[in-house]
Amino acid sequence: MSTFVYMTRCDGCGHCVDICPSDIMHIDENIRRAVNIEPNFCWEFYSCVKACPNHAIDVRGYADFAPMGHSVRVRREEEKGTISWKIKFRNGTTKDFVSPITTKPWGKFIPKLAEGEKPNEGEINSQRLYTEPQGLNIDGELPSVPKDSFKKGVYY
Amino acid sequence: MITVNPFAILAENIPSLFLQVFVIVMVTLVIIGTLVDIIHKKNVKYFFNNAKKAKLSATKDLSVGERTGVVLKTIVNDIATTAELGAGKRRVAHLLGMYGTILFWIASVVMIFCYTSNDTATPNMWPIMWHVGAVMTCLGGFWFWLFLRVDVLAEAYPWYRIIKADLFVLALLACSTFGLAWSYTQSLNLENRWDDKVFLTLYIISNLILFGGVYWSKFAHMFYKPGAAIQKNLADADGSRDNLPPLADAPKQFGLGIKREEPKHY
Repeated sequence: MSTFVYMTRCDGCGHCVDICPSDIMHIDENIRRAVNIEPNFCWEFYSCVKACPNHAIDVRGYADFAPMGHSVRVRREEEKGTISWKIKFRNGTTKDFVSPITTKPWGKFIPKLAEGEKPNEGEINSQRLYTEPQGLNIDGELPSVPKDSFKKGVYY
Repeated sequence: MITVNPFAILAENIPSLFLQVFVIVMVTLVIIGTLVDIIHKKNVKYFFNNAKKAKLSATKDLSVGERTGVVLKTIVNDIATTAELGAGKRRVAHLLGMYGTILFWIASVVMIFCYTSNDTATPNMWPIMWHVGAVMTCLGGFWFWLFLRVDVLAEAYPWYRIIKADLFVLALLACSTFGLAWSYTQSLNLENRWDDKVFLTLYIISNLILFGGVYWSKFAHMFYKPGAAIQKNLADADGSRDNLPPLADAPKQFGLGIKREEPKHY
């Protein structure tokens, strides 16, 4: 599935371009409206759908499984702190959900890595990533799977 | 300069019928461009199909009175004040450009059709409206062009990078700017100096680009946008809401909410 833009609703504000984690929402050079430049690479985060102040973005189901009028639409009301969903099934059943917004303000809650402890030579050469295993909230050692427990066969 | 009808002075050298035919040709170009655009994009067909589909999921049958009410409210709230742009600089710039252009065009048509013959004096209000409209368009348009365009504001492209989407705003700005410059040079009475007709020529060319380029530019958005706003509000009123969920009604448990940020992070 991928997002698409209702051109008459879009006003080219750029919120979707700003929020898209895949960086595939762009401003079209011919009409200065938002456009999904690479629908195949859309991960359906719904970030742009929620961020659009004009509800100009929708998600299209693939024709092989969603040809009969299903719909999943969302309304984000920042001032209320709510995200409302309306799910419409192909048989006409509808379900409404309301959830809280959990988005944090931009730029806050980013770990300040520069202020953290410098890894020593041993840690740099180790196969572990920075702050592992404490960063994973694991007490003690990383869990490991003994090799002899592997199923026989070819592993890719 | 501001109280002088520039078309009346022009009509001393060119038959006023020629000016009137020029206006009619421009209107015809807009109609043809919009129709070709509609045929090419199939947007109106899509729009009506979508409205028909939305009607099926309506929860309420709207009476004629209710529909009229919604349409009137849309005209006042959404179309006349471009509410979709929210409260901000883009909206102010758009309103300046929109009303400036409307004033400029209305005054142009009235002055060309009613006040270009030798025996009629132009009331002061029309030239003033023409000049004020042009200034408003320039203010709103250049503000948008130099600072508020998403390419400049958010994508950090330089203001002089021109793309096809700029055809409309640039042609509009060219019309107003060259119109004002032509009016000014006319007031100087240059009497066939080399630069006497430069701005008039540029004004005519920019009008040809603006009205002749409808198919390639964003010109037709001024017809589509009001239609889309009316359809949106009708869908809100009849309960279909384009399949969108209703407004959340129990938000208190979810805390204080957040403030939307400017899209400036990409």
